Order: sequence, then C-alpha cells, then structure tokens
Amino acid sequence: MSLILDKVSYKYSTGTAYEVTALDQVSLKIEDGQFIGIIGHTGSGKSTLIQHLNGLLKATEGSIYYNGQDIYDKDYDLKDLRTQVGMVFQYPEHQLFETTVFEDVKFGPKNQGLDDKEATLRAYEALRSVGFPEDYYDQSPFELSGGQKRRAAIAGVLAMKPAVLILDEPTAGLDPKGRDEILGLISDMHKKTGNTVILVSHSMEDVANYVDRIIVMNDAKVYMDGTPKEVFGRAKDLEEIGLAVPEVTYLMMELKNRGWNVDVSATTVEEGKNEILKLKGMNA
Amino acid sequence: MFREITIGQYYPAESRLHRLDPRVKLFGTLIYLISIFIANDIWGFLFLTVMLGVVIGLSKVPFSYMVKGLKGIVTLLIIAGVFNLFMTPGQTLAQLGPLTISDVGLKNAVLMTARMIFLIIGTSIMTLTTTPNQLTDGLEISLAPLTLINVPVHEIALMMSIALRFIPILVEETDKIMKAQMARGADFESGGIVKKAKAMVPLLVPLFVSAFRRASDLALAMEARCYHGGEGRTKMKPLRYEEYDKRAYVWIVLYLLVLIVIRVVF
Ligand SMILES: Nc1ncnc2c1ncn2[C@@H]1O[C@H](COP(=O)(O)OP(=O)(O)OP(=O)(O)O)[C@@H](O)[C@H]1O
Ligand SMILES: [Mg+2]
Repeated sequence: MSLILDKVSYKYSTGTAYEVTALDQVSLKIEDGQFIGIIGHTGSGKSTLIQHLNGLLKATEGSIYYNGQDIYDKDYDLKDLRTQVGMVFQYPEHQLFETTVFEDVKFGPKNQGLDDKEATLRAYEALRSVGFPEDYYDQSPFELSGGQKRRAAIAGVLAMKPAVLILDEPTAGLDPKGRDEILGLISDMHKKTGNTVILVSHSMEDVANYVDRIIVMNDAKVYMDGTPKEVFGRAKDLEEIGLAVPEVTYLMMELKNRGWNVDVSATTVEEGKNEILKLKGMNA
Repeated sequence: MFREITIGQYYPAESRLHRLDPRVKLFGTLIYLISIFIANDIWGFLFLTVMLGVVIGLSKVPFSYMVKGLKGIVTLLIIAGVFNLFMTPGQTLAQLGPLTISDVGLKNAVLMTARMIFLIIGTSIMTLTTTPNQLTDGLEISLAPLTLINVPVHEIALMMSIALRFIPILVEETDKIMKAQMARGADFESGGIVKKAKAMVPLLVPLFVSAFRRASDLALAMEARCYHGGEGRTKMKPLRYEEYDKRAYVWIVLYLLVLIVIRVVF
C-alpha cells in the first residue's frame, strides 16, 4: 500500500506564451503511515504536486500508482481515489456552500454513497474531532470566522475517512493557539489511526514538530528528501533556496559557535531545551 | 474545462498589432464589423479571409489559441445554422420529410455561420492584442463626444475594463472551487441534465460569494485611494499617434473601399 510517483512532469498552459513547468521529473515513494511535510518557497510546485496525488491534475508526463494501480488507467475510478486520498485546500472559502455547517460537512460522505443517517454520524464525529463549537453547527458557513471556516473545511474532508490526508497550508491565517490545536489534532489522529498525512507548510517549526519525513521542493524539482534532522542539518543549502531551519536550530548553531558543546541537530524546542539543560548539568 | 475561455483575453507578444494605438484598432474593428455585412458573395468572403489571414499573421498570436474561443459557441452556431437552413422560404432544393431546404435558406445558413465566425475571430484579435487598460483608454477617448449628451463614458469604459480584468480571475476561481469539491467526491461530468444542474450548486454558491466579496473589496480599495470618477483625471501613459498608426488608418480605409468595389462590381 503506497503512493508512487514515477518521473512526473506537469506544465500549466501548455502551448501558450504562459507555459510554466510546475513539476519537472518528480519521482517519489510515499509509504503507508508516514507523516510527511512538504516545504519550499512560493511557486516551487508544492500545491501542484499534491493535486496529482488524488488525480485532480493529470501529469503531462510520467505515471502515478496508488496501491499498485496506475491511476491514469482508463478504467481506474478517480472518484473513488479522491475519497481515499482526502485533500484540504488552502482556502476554505472554495468549498463551503451549504446552508449550514453541518450540511456542508455531510456533502463528502453523501457523495461517497452513504445514507443520510451514516452521513450525519460522520459529520458529527468529524466536527467534534476538529473542535468545532457545537453552538455553530446550524450556522451558515459564510458567517464564520476564518479559523472556524478552516475547521469546518477540514471536518468536511475528515468526514470521508480518507486513508491518506493531504493538507495544503492548513494553518495559514490561524492564531498560534488555533494552529497548535489543528496540528495537534491532525498529529493525534495520525498516531491513532496510522493513516498517511501530507502537510504542506511554510513554517519550519511546524514541520520540525510534527512530521517524520520532509520533502523540499525547489524550482519544480524535489531538492531534498529525508528526516527533519537530515534536512535541517543542511542549513546553508536551505537558505540558498529561500528557506530556513527552525529558530531552535539557529540557536544551537550560535551556541556551538560560541564554544558550547551542544548538538546542532536539535530541531524542536523540546530538544533544544534538553541540550541546554545538559549544558547546565555539565557546568554545575 | 473552464480554462478554455479566451474571450476578451490579452495574449502577450511582440507584434505590430500589439504596438498599434488602441484607437486605431477600435476603428479597424468597427470597419471590419461593417465589412462583414457588406460582403455577401464568395468573392467578398474570399477577400475577407485573405485579409483576416494577413492580420492573424501580423498579430503573432497562435491561430489555435484564437479558435479556442470558438469552441464555446459551436452549439449556438449549429442551432442558428439549422434554423436558417430549414425555416427560410424560397425555391425548394431538397425535401426531408416535413422539412424543406430552400435555396435562400441554404445561402442564409452559410452566410450567417460564416459571418458569426468572422465576427468572433476578428473581434478576438483586437482583445488578444490589446491590454484591457489600453482598450479602456482607447474607448474612452473614442467615445468622448458622447459625454456632450450626458453618456457616462468614463464609467462605462471603467466597468468594461473591470469586467475584462475579472474574467481570468473568476475562471481561476472556478477551477479552484471545482477542484475543492471534486476532492470531496463531487461529480460534474456524469448524469443527466437535472443531475448536472444540481451538481452546479456546490460550484456556483462559493463562486458568487467570492465574486461579491471581490467586488466590494475592489470598491473599498478604490474609495480608499480617493477615486471619484473621470473628471480631471490624468493618464500616466497618454495615447499618442505614431507614424505607423496613421499608415494603419490608410490601410483600413483602403480595405473598406476594395470590399465595396468587390460588392458593386461582382
Ligand atoms: N492555475 C495555474 N495556471 C498557470 N500557472 C500556474 C497555476 N497554478 C500554479 N501555476 C504556476 O506553477 C508554479 C507552481 O505553483 P504552485 O501553486 O504549485 O506553487 P506552491 O509551491 O504551492 O506555492 P505557494 O507556496 O505560494 O502556495 C508557479 O510558478 C505558478 O505560477
Ligand atoms: Mg500552494
């Protein structure tokens, strides 16, 4: 069970003056149960890449296999693929349309062919799991705050119980608390169900905190692919393509520069704290 | 699928047509529209076709890109053609059950279809080679005399340029919304007409909401920058005629004359 991309290339507006190569010979293997972060500067092809994983965009070249089946086969059921590979888009405004939040979350399960009772149950579960306030279930989705809209949108995808969950910058426009809540929730769910999660993010801290594999996109290509420690160990290379390493890693590097014996591969605040405490223990 | 819409869109390229003053292009388009209705036989249309070919060549816009805009109206063309073919009285040429094709009907059907196609390709050349800004400037100046009879020319020109500017934005938005709903299992393609119409709801609601939001954002942004209409407004790039603009006027008039001669002589 896995997702495999084999030399996938994608061009927008082929054959016109606006032609852009957004993916260039990208090959990847995504194993079941991984929590993957995708980073890269603006326009590097992250959104384009993930839209291939559930067949929303069709590669100009190359093939994609889901659980060993070629998704571009003529008789492959793309609609079914989309219910198994769930995707939350960058802007919740693009998907909310029903009269109430609750009805909106039921849209996905109903498209899966579930009856009303089952869909209601799924919607209820999903809304609860994203911590959506119960008082607003019957509110119009257009009258919500940005953070509430985002929760509703995430619930709308979770209600379909996808095996692979893809989130395109799910925390943009959220306050720090909301961000930690949403990411914590996704991480808990990942631990509980063991499903695959792919998170596109601009925050190095978020990625360092939650994921176990990072894919770095640059200029339509996969630039790095490895564990957070491997990727953030190459601070110079990341800076060259307009990215950075987590603040904590910079702190560790600075401490090291000043002659303290710390491990510069610390990427989370927790690890940083431990390194500093170790120093104190040594000095005391 | 919505990305196919190219009506009113600008296609960047370095060509003589792109450089031409928008007023010349507006005038040329007007003359061209008139000329489509002057031509009424094979010779006229042959001449039209050749001239259109020359202009398309000059524009450096790929022909395939131009005819993309035609795809959307093929059904309309066919329906109109069929009606003309069967509903016009005249000398019977062929009989298909209760339907008759007359000689006048056949001529009308062919003429009308040809005119529609010429009309769309011709006008799209203008929009493809002129940025919305230039187009509005050109229109505003060309229609300026109408302000004397209280026509709000500036406002009309502004509305037109905003509308043109919003087409690609809304097309992109439609594309994104479709993807977001397809990711939740929405199906826009299969099913009968009722099912398809119903499937449009999850697309149209967010689209309208976003269009209204954008419109009010734009109005607010304009007001915040003290926009108050056309009076006393100066241009950053005022339109100025160059030598080749003047030559283009001569060519346009010559073109019309030749066409009139063809019509009179043949
Ligand atoms: N619909 C489109 N039509 C044409 N070009 C596009 C379209 N969407 C994206 N592109 C182009 O493809 C390239 C990759 O875009 P993509 O949206 O995948 O970037 P991204 O990494 O997601 O960026 P961001 O971090 O800003 O979301 C960019 O150069 C962009 O301009
Ligand atoms: Mg993106």
